[in-house]
Amino acid sequence: MTTVASNVSEETDSPYALTHLDALESEAVHIFREVAGEFERPVILFSGGKDSIVMLHLALKAFAPAAIPFSLLHVDTGHNFSEVIDYRDRVVAEHGLRLHVASVQDYIDRGVLKERPDGVRNPLQTVPLTEKIQQEKFDAVFGGGRRDEEKARAKERVFSLRDEFSQWDPRRQRPELWQLYNGRHAPGEHVRVFPLSNWTELDVWQYIARENIELPQIYYAHERPVFKRSGMWLTAGEWGGPKDDETVETRLVRYRTVGDMSCTGAVDSDATTIEKVIAEIAASRLTERGATRADDKLSEAAMEDRKREGYF
Amino acid sequence: MSTTTAEELAGLSATTLLRFATAGSVDDGKSTLVGRLLHDSKSVLADQLEAVEHASRSRGAAEPDLALLTDGLRAEREQGITIDVAYRYFATPRRRFILADTPGHVQYTRNMVTGASTADLAVVLVDARNGVIEQTRRHAAVAALLRVPHVVLAVNKMDLVDYEESVFAKIAEEFTAYASDLGVPEITAIPISALAGDNVVEPSANMDWYGGPTVLEHLETVPVSHDLTSCHARLPVQYVIRPQTAEHPDYRGYAGQIAAGTFRVGESVTVLPSGRTSKIAGIDLLGKAVDVAWTPQSVTLLLEDDIDISRGDLIVPSHDAPATSQDVEATVCHVADTPLTVGQRVLLKHTTRTVKAIVKEIPSRLTLDDLSQHPEPGQLVANDIGRVKVRIAEPIALDSYAASRRTGSFLLIDPSDGTTLAAGMAGEAFAAEKELPVADDEGWDF
Repeated sequence: MTTVASNVSEETDSPYALTHLDALESEAVHIFREVAGEFERPVILFSGGKDSIVMLHLALKAFAPAAIPFSLLHVDTGHNFSEVIDYRDRVVAEHGLRLHVASVQDYIDRGVLKERPDGVRNPLQTVPLTEKIQQEKFDAVFGGGRRDEEKARAKERVFSLRDEFSQWDPRRQRPELWQLYNGRHAPGEHVRVFPLSNWTELDVWQYIARENIELPQIYYAHERPVFKRSGMWLTAGEWGGPKDDETVETRLVRYRTVGDMSCTGAVDSDATTIEKVIAEIAASRLTERGATRADDKLSEAAMEDRKREGYF
Repeated sequence: MSTTTAEELAGLSATTLLRFATAGSVDDGKSTLVGRLLHDSKSVLADQLEAVEHASRSRGAAEPDLALLTDGLRAEREQGITIDVAYRYFATPRRRFILADTPGHVQYTRNMVTGASTADLAVVLVDARNGVIEQTRRHAAVAALLRVPHVVLAVNKMDLVDYEESVFAKIAEEFTAYASDLGVPEITAIPISALAGDNVVEPSANMDWYGGPTVLEHLETVPVSHDLTSCHARLPVQYVIRPQTAEHPDYRGYAGQIAAGTFRVGESVTVLPSGRTSKIAGIDLLGKAVDVAWTPQSVTLLLEDDIDISRGDLIVPSHDAPATSQDVEATVCHVADTPLTVGQRVLLKHTTRTVKAIVKEIPSRLTLDDLSQHPEPGQLVANDIGRVKVRIAEPIALDSYAASRRTGSFLLIDPSDGTTLAAGMAGEAFAAEKELPVADDEGWDF
């Protein structure tokens, strides 16, 4: 029973309807421009992963033909895929960008941070990140976080106010109404901004395909020596793998996410092209994080807890 | 989906996006409906389900609790309630969906306002055994206030009333009459059982008498955008793009997201509040020159004349320029924990412009239960909806919210700490403004 209470007809979508990718792109550009208009020192967190690459692409489009009014910040865990660092440096040079690096290794060398027994450095990123934000007085920090990634992220606002300790308090978030983002903050506080909040993993890949965006090659299927730990294929490296009881084998794999080598797993895949990657993701029965991130499996609230401390 | 073809992939990229919000009282089965929509549309992946099963088991539950899919915060899981809006994403081959999953508790009216502010459609859930209750009327009123274009009444738990058509018909009739009075433009009533899966994704075998769409089918087919040709075109200037490079020495573009209507090259435009005029020399749609652009595209306008324009200005067609004013009368939903009082100094954020303002008057507070007005309440507290009169330091061009959700809305912000105080909607509160009763005494409390 459909009750039409007025003269709104059962028309099909009007010619003015945007495709979902155009709608998401337009929204993200709006967010970038809001930050450029309202903040003094914004920075884009750039890891060389696909989400941050898409963010950079959107920012370039948002301000074309001018240069983007932001610098980049990489939190370097010291356990990087060389393909990703190469990519990062190439992009920075190509667009004449300024890159800030916050180094986890420096903190470990100085004795400020302690290496964890499992060698996982993802959680160690928080201190270098937040200290860099304070040192450089960044007042808006773009992150590539998407709400589809994780259930604590699903609660995060597009503009997420952080206190002088960079902490997130999920119970004290500002309501976010219409597209009226409130970026007001006191000195010392900053705002995390998530222009890809409403994108899903599949949207990101479809956009990469549509815009023909180059990615580090590790996102496509390739032969790689890997070993199994906690059900995931990890790449051997100086970070502490494989151990004696772990054996290396060469497999056809690709990465769905890019992060610290110690906790980012590869997936078995023969997707050598972007079309094949999209088909693979559309058919996958595992989320991106479920398939490839060890650190999120630590507890039911692992992400929420890390975000509270200042993780992005 | 394991045999996704190239055509299906192409189909995926051509889909449109529907933003919708859910509203329901605590035990109406909202989480179950959301869980069912996600689960039956195959949007819950194996590792998420495994996590839910694991968490349910460790709490001693026999069945996986689908609400754990959506309650993302520690405090929510501890208390078993939804505190804050969560956004969910799912897709079918026909459309992509962004679901604002809003809490049902009365004290979280502000969160329903948050979810509804960007929604094209609201699903209001009713327990078939209880029918239309106060909370249902409240949800309908919020959807009407926020001018959500489509409202779905989902009459849930039909399995508990023997799938009786008469039960459904009575509730649908009562709700439709109420919501139509408020000016809700389109109401679709669907009898469902979220628990049993009737008419959520799959048509029900238990309700032969129902010939309409399932919830998902309706979500897939409801039109997402209206005819824009009749809308007033508005472009709030976000940022001025001036490369000042050898390649583009004179480029001066006014970047913004078109808030309403369409703009064409050659059109005469006026810049507000200055009132200066020019013509559109070009439109850049993210690097591509176009002749026409429309809402909600993010564009850059190039004008024929070099006039003074900066962030916060509004570009409009010269033949359709709104009046500017320093006095605003609006309905607001108070969203902060501290009250809004007469005489309070605030900031008003409208599109890309933030101006100083003072609350001159709070003429009335609305009781959502019966839509009665409580006159001169003196202040508004969290979750209150009321009328306010605000005097602002500089003139702005505010449309009525009925004409444009984007240029008729604003925020009131506390200048001392940046807290968002209230969400404002300019002009009349409801589309069908009937003579609202004035509360005689108490009974306006919620």
